[in-house]
Amino acid sequence: MTVASDPPGDSAKRPRRLFKNWMAKLASLPMILTALVVFVGGTAWTVTYSFTGSRMLPKTKWVGFDQYERLWNTDRWIISIKNLAIYGCLSMILTLVIGFSLAACLDRKIRFESAFRTIFLYPFALSFVVTGLVWQWILNPEFGLQSVVRGWGWESFTFNPLNDPNTVIYGLLIAGLWQGTGLIMCIMLAGLRGIDEDIWKAARVDGIGVVKTYVMVIIPMMRPVFITALVLIASGIIKLYDLVVAQTGGGPGLSSEVPAKYVIEYMFRAQNLGQGFAASTMMLCSVVIILIPWAYLEFGGRKRG
Amino acid sequence: MSTIMKSLLVGTALTAASVANAVELEVTHWWTSGGEAAAVAKFAEAWNATGNTWVDGAIAGSGGTARPIIISRILGGDPMAATQLNHGRQAQELIEAGLLLDLTDVAEAGGWADIVNPSSLLEACTLDGRIYCVPVNIHSSQWIWLSHGAYEKAGLDVPNDWNEFVASSGDLKAAGTLPLAMGQQGWQQNIAFGAITIAVAGLDAWKAVNIDKNADVARGAEYTAAWEAVANARELARESNVQDWNQATNMVITGQAGAQIMGDWAQGEFAVAEKVQGTDYSCLPGLGLNPVLDTGGDAFYFPVNDDPEITAAQKELAALLISPEVQVSFNLAKGSLPVRGDIDMSTANGCMQQGLEILANGGVLPSSDIAFSQDTMLQVEDLMAQFWSGDMSAADAQASYAQLIEDAD
Repeated sequence: MTVASDPPGDSAKRPRRLFKNWMAKLASLPMILTALVVFVGGTAWTVTYSFTGSRMLPKTKWVGFDQYERLWNTDRWIISIKNLAIYGCLSMILTLVIGFSLAACLDRKIRFESAFRTIFLYPFALSFVVTGLVWQWILNPEFGLQSVVRGWGWESFTFNPLNDPNTVIYGLLIAGLWQGTGLIMCIMLAGLRGIDEDIWKAARVDGIGVVKTYVMVIIPMMRPVFITALVLIASGIIKLYDLVVAQTGGGPGLSSEVPAKYVIEYMFRAQNLGQGFAASTMMLCSVVIILIPWAYLEFGGRKRG
Repeated sequence: MSTIMKSLLVGTALTAASVANAVELEVTHWWTSGGEAAAVAKFAEAWNATGNTWVDGAIAGSGGTARPIIISRILGGDPMAATQLNHGRQAQELIEAGLLLDLTDVAEAGGWADIVNPSSLLEACTLDGRIYCVPVNIHSSQWIWLSHGAYEKAGLDVPNDWNEFVASSGDLKAAGTLPLAMGQQGWQQNIAFGAITIAVAGLDAWKAVNIDKNADVARGAEYTAAWEAVANARELARESNVQDWNQATNMVITGQAGAQIMGDWAQGEFAVAEKVQGTDYSCLPGLGLNPVLDTGGDAFYFPVNDDPEITAAQKELAALLISPEVQVSFNLAKGSLPVRGDIDMSTANGCMQQGLEILANGGVLPSSDIAFSQDTMLQVEDLMAQFWSGDMSAADAQASYAQLIEDAD
């Protein structure tokens, strides 16, 4: 379909703005409707029903903030939030650092670059369920890493993160990083390739070291790439669910529970929609709280300078 | 090529024609393990023998996975003809919304009120005097399974009740055996909690808390003793790193662990491993102290359908599921107890016979599926998961538990 590009001279008898590019607008109507009805409408519906005592079926039996009060008095929810905070902070930092370091290494024109790139990206092709199961086996003390190292002769070697409530979240983190860094590395690599070769030449002429050039010059130039990577990582963190289900099932005890799992289990297993909606509304709030200041910084004020 | 196409088409036409005569009923359930699948095949055989067709809609995974799928299909206007659910309060809202078929006429014609034993099973299917489900089996959770191999290795006698087991646990540990196998999942820990409570706190206290939801009793001295016993059991199971219940059962089968508290379905694992009750393992209902069993189990519900032909077939199937022959063949395959007291189960093994005897003597309790809503159940299971995996004190856990009982609806 050819979209009418608006011809420059005839702005004198220009039709109403609404009908400018009407073909394009018509074509995007289904998407606009989807966004409004499914996303905005669904969100509003969920928030509304989080103030009801809905059990298996949604009912308009208003209970005010009861669901929220119960939510914040539930140990499991508090544990979930803490776990997500630990996982989120570490995952964000480590994914960026490892992803960028790998990309920078590949960018140094090493041999077999494409082979390494494929190896690093491969885990991303697997689903989280597979990743979770694989790492459950690798970290299993009976036949995983621990027994292999012990088989080599280091008898006292102990590495059993998944069965200790204090370390299980780091076991999840290892699997999450293994899966996620490859993609970030590729995005970073694309960003690095977009940097003009002349920048490097100029840095060399000025006698700036390689590491310093990366940190002081290249990274600030890659700002859009970092923003993309940040959004990808952050959305992955918030919706963390399948990895936990596959790898630990939330255990031992409640020590690796996450908010998304709380929502699903209270909506469907406990047949308590109101409680699940309240929890998902809190998840939305946390995203909004992080997103608004960032969007303000990014798009507000000094833009278009 | 064209001949293949032709024969395929003919084949399809033939199948379609033969099905058109009988009524096809799609039945959903989550019986997918070896023994369970064999049991559900007995239903299918019996139903196909009547000239109708059983379309098997097995959903892999446990009830926790299958139930949301089943419920969303009923709610979404794509109901199956019949479905398994645990009886109790899981279907209450579906009944209230008028989505499940009223089976009262079938029940009256079949005289279910007289044959279903214990009668609490039928009560769990009843709402406002109308009957909405067919109970098909009874599962009970108050069992402890003991490994003879582990006790022989430690040079000890196999205990006869929970107190003896606790007393022997030190020697078991000294012999390098884990005293109690425990899958680290809330529902399994809740089963152990329930069984220990009945044994230690006694029946009256258990009934006051679980049936009357009396939070004062949950805060009382009997429950303090029970929680301390559970805290002690937690230490006995401290080294148990397995997750799934059958992995824990396997520890008992292989003698790595002395015992496991688990429902009667654990027996299927012993049977598959070709272990003999009395020589390789023992079972103690009610932990050997209070020989009572709860009466949870499975039931079939029939979503409302517009087609009168299907509705008639649904009622026919309902009557078939509870008929004596089907009850015997199904429950022998499943290892569960039949819902009618008037049939011959003499081919059942020792543990099942013990269970039948307890049922006949009226030592029955309602199951937690019947006593509590799913919401309360999940909260209790969360508490159990937290308690068993950490260092929460018995007193704190008791206070939280009493609060859940107080808030239970």
